[in-house]
This record gives sequence, C-alpha cells and structure tokens, in this order.
Amino acid sequence: MARNVSTRRKVIVSVAAWAVALLIFFPILWTILTSFKTEGEAVASPPQFLFFHWTLENYFEVQSRSNYFLHFANSVIIAFGSTILGLIVAVPAAWAMAFSPTKRTKDVLMWMLSTKMMPPVGAFIPIYLLFQGFGLLNSQFASRVGMVVVLMLINLPIIVWMLYTYFKEIPGEILEAARMDGASLAKEIIYVLTPMAIPGLASTMLLNIILAWNEAFWTLNLSSVDAAPLSTFIASYSSPEGLFYAKLSAASTMAIAPILILGWFSQKQLVRGLTFGAVK
Amino acid sequence: MATLHTRSAARVMMTPSVLLLFAWMIVPLAMTIYFSTLNYNLLSPGAHDFIGLLNYEYFVTDPAFLNSLIVTLLLVGGALIITVVGGIALALLLDQPIFGQGIVRMLVLAPFFVMPTVAALIWKHMFMNPVNGLLAHLFKFVGLDPLTWLETVPLFSIVIIVAWQWLPFATLILLTALQSLDEEQKEAAEMDGAGAVSKFIYIILPHLARAITVVILIETIFLLSAFAEILVTTNGGPGTATTNLTYLVYSQIVLSQDVGGASAGGIIAVILANIVAIFVMRAVGKNLEA
Repeated sequence: MARNVSTRRKVIVSVAAWAVALLIFFPILWTILTSFKTEGEAVASPPQFLFFHWTLENYFEVQSRSNYFLHFANSVIIAFGSTILGLIVAVPAAWAMAFSPTKRTKDVLMWMLSTKMMPPVGAFIPIYLLFQGFGLLNSQFASRVGMVVVLMLINLPIIVWMLYTYFKEIPGEILEAARMDGASLAKEIIYVLTPMAIPGLASTMLLNIILAWNEAFWTLNLSSVDAAPLSTFIASYSSPEGLFYAKLSAASTMAIAPILILGWFSQKQLVRGLTFGAVK
Repeated sequence: MATLHTRSAARVMMTPSVLLLFAWMIVPLAMTIYFSTLNYNLLSPGAHDFIGLLNYEYFVTDPAFLNSLIVTLLLVGGALIITVVGGIALALLLDQPIFGQGIVRMLVLAPFFVMPTVAALIWKHMFMNPVNGLLAHLFKFVGLDPLTWLETVPLFSIVIIVAWQWLPFATLILLTALQSLDEEQKEAAEMDGAGAVSKFIYIILPHLARAITVVILIETIFLLSAFAEILVTTNGGPGTATTNLTYLVYSQIVLSQDVGGASAGGIIAVILANIVAIFVMRAVGKNLEA
C-alpha cells in the first residue's frame, strides 16, 4: 500500500460503510428473518427482530400448498436451457469474430448491441398472439420451450459480446506456435484453445443464468400455470388473502438464495458482461 | 493473415447468431407494423380491415399516452438521479480501506440479484404496507402518521423500489472504474495542495465520465421497459398514476385485447426508445469511443 492510512480514519470510514451496507441489505435480511417467523409474529407490533420463535414451518407450507419445486424446476430449465442454447449459437460467432476479424466485425458487434435497445413491447404483440393462437399457453412443454427460445434471443447479444471480449484476450501467437508444432485443428481446439477459453465461458454462463433467472417481462406474460418460473410464481403473492408475510418471505428467500450466491461469485464478470466490455 | 479458407469458415460460424438476431429483430417488428394498420380486436372476430394510421391517431390522442410518457420520464429520470448520485457517493466510500471490505461489497451488491417481482413484493408488503409495514412502524415511532405509500405517492414508491435494485449496479461499475484510477495522480494532486473537493471535480469525476456514461446508457435501456415492479405493486394505478408506456401497451393487448391499438403503441415505444438511444449515445458519445 502506497499510503499510510491512520487507523482512526479507517475505523470511522468502516463504521460508515458498514452502516450504509447494512441499510441497503436490510430488506433482504428482513425477508430472511421473517421467513423463520410464524405468521402472527411476522406482523407483530412492535416488529420482532431476533427474539421470536424460529421455525421452518413456512418453507414446508409453501411447498405443500403450491408445489414450489415445480416452479423451481421451471426456473432451472428456463435459465439453464436458454443459456446453453445461447452458448451453442454464440461460441462459434464470437470465436470467428475474435480470431479472424474482418472490417465489418465491429459493425456486426455494434448492430448486435443495438438489438438490445429494442423495447420488449416492440416484439411482444406477435409473440403473445403466437402463444395464444397456437395454444402454447395451455401446454407446459410448449410454454417452457417458448420461454427458453425467447430468453435465449434477448440475451444472445450479451453472450456474443462477452465471449468476444474474452476470446480477444487469447493471444493468437499461441495458436500459430501450436500449428507450427504440427498440431491438427482438432488438437489445437482441444488442447490449446479450450483450456484458455474455459474461464470466459464459465463467466458468461454464470452471468447469463443470473439474467435469465431474474427475467420478468417475458416470463410473466408467456408462462402457462405449470410452466411458470419463480419470478412468475412469486407474483401471485401480489394480492393474496389472509396472513402471508412469513410464507411470502420463505418463498422469496428460496427464490433469491441460489442467484445471490452465484452472483457474489461473479462480481467481476458482471461488470464486464453488463457493460459490454466497456468497463473492466 | 486469414486465408480464404478461414474467412469462409468464419462466415459460416457467424451465420446462426446473425440470422437468429436478425429474424428476432425484423419478423416481430414487421408483424407489429402490419397489425398496427388493422382494425384488429380479439374480442370482435371477423375481417381485420385496413385502417391506415387510425390506430396511431387514437393512441397518440388518448390522454393516457401523454400521461404514460410523463410517468416513463419521471420513473427513468428519478431512478437515474438516485442511482448515479448515490452510486458515486457509495463508490467513493467503498474505495477507502475498510475492515471487512469484501463482505461490505457483497452486502451492497445483493439487491441487484433479487428478481424484480420479489423486490417489488417485499417492498410493497413488508415495508410500504400502511398497517404492518416496517416504514409504518418507523413513522409511528417518530410520531408521524403512517403513509399509504402506493396510494398517496405511488410513482415515488416505485422509483424507490427500482432505485434500490439498480443502486448496486451503479455502485459496482463506478467502483470498478475508481479502482483503475492512478494512485500517483491522486498523490500528485494532493502534493500540489488540491483539496478533497477540487480533487473530486478535476481528477475523479473526469476519470469516472466513461463509467457514468455506461451506467446511464444501460440503466436507461432497462428502466424504459420497467414492467414487473408496476404489475405486482400498483397495476398501473391508482387510476393511471404509474402506467408507463410499456404497461400501457401491455394493458391494451392483454386487458383490452386490442391488437391494432397495442401494436401502434408498441411501434411508438420502439421509435421513442431509438430516439432516446441516439440522444443518449450522442450526448455522451465521446465517452464510448475507444
């Protein structure tokens, strides 16, 4: 460290930073706490922070009442399905643009970025009619497939961009060296390129799963009841009856926990992916 | 360097992505334009007559349209101001040496990973509920009457929810940019006797310009289409107080089943989004070069 920082200053800054961080995190913390309360305690006045009767009952209740695991499975299918499909389509494209760029490569990339600026309502009506008219909303399978395809398409520009910025960093000389040593194209790909590309692929996959998991325009409008992912299932708590705070909290905690953990692992990649490589 | 062989291979490799994106951009858009010229309502079966630009005329002259523009503008503008200003402040704070820096960063970042429907419902029920919400308890504690947030100040409430979700994003991007600032430059400025304020204005802010640009651009793209937060909290109400353009188009097709009118609205939304994109890109375009 270049500068000496007085301990006193560090303590003051730390206290301030922790206070702000806890304030920002508080809604999530409160949701997690509430998920372990009984419904009565969840609305107690004054609010109870830690000294309540901790219980797991809400988690069982949410599952038994609404088949939570089905919606969880739908989220997994949609998020992973759209990501893997997207990678299959995007890897060759990003590869080609990174390793044999032409004059038009930059234009193609910018054009891909521009498709992201189209608001969803610009494409929504025909898709909605398609889902309605062909009864896709009545079929679990068709609804799932439809959402996988749509989410793949809306995130494809991000996947291509992100992969491109990663592949770009793989030095071309290494390929030439391998070629000189007499490696075949297959060997080149398996032994040289793949190991170097895996970190980029993993980051891209991670970010895309997060985006697809949390997507809430297309999933809200295109999911049949039994194909609904968590984002849509949770929306049914918009105007429920009776006491439900603890159950809402339990359902919410389970819906955000996996992504929260994945997200914390991918902070760096997040910056890069969401800014199309503009900020690293 | 690239031989003819690898060039054509490259073209083949790019084809699926380009074709898919092209189809995704053109086909629905062309269909929407076509629908927007028809008298087409799902509730009245029969022929869909060509009516020219009548749908556009109805859509634009409907007071709901102007209202939705204002709501969209206030929502995007409000959330942008909070997240950019708050994000700069937070990034400056978190750039200092802190005990437990990693954990603090994780806590600040967390709201970004909360799906919009969950974020909106947590705020709606557990914080903004006028009887059982924590904010109501807080207001009572300091001797104020609890506020019925989503009825009295509905748009402001939604701005708070959206800003809470996007503040971490702005903070993370700006913090990443701050960390690439040359330490020596700051020291040199200090040696020249620059105070904290002038250091901020002349060194830190210019260095952050590019990152701020990126934050504004990306948030604008997403915030223009805010939907889930509105759907699960207010349904666009009370009245039309929180109906933005996206929600207006949604209600035209899903609630009124008016394909023609909704399509006209969708096309207008596309045009406006493009104008905004060009405007934002140009206004801050220099920063995106390189």
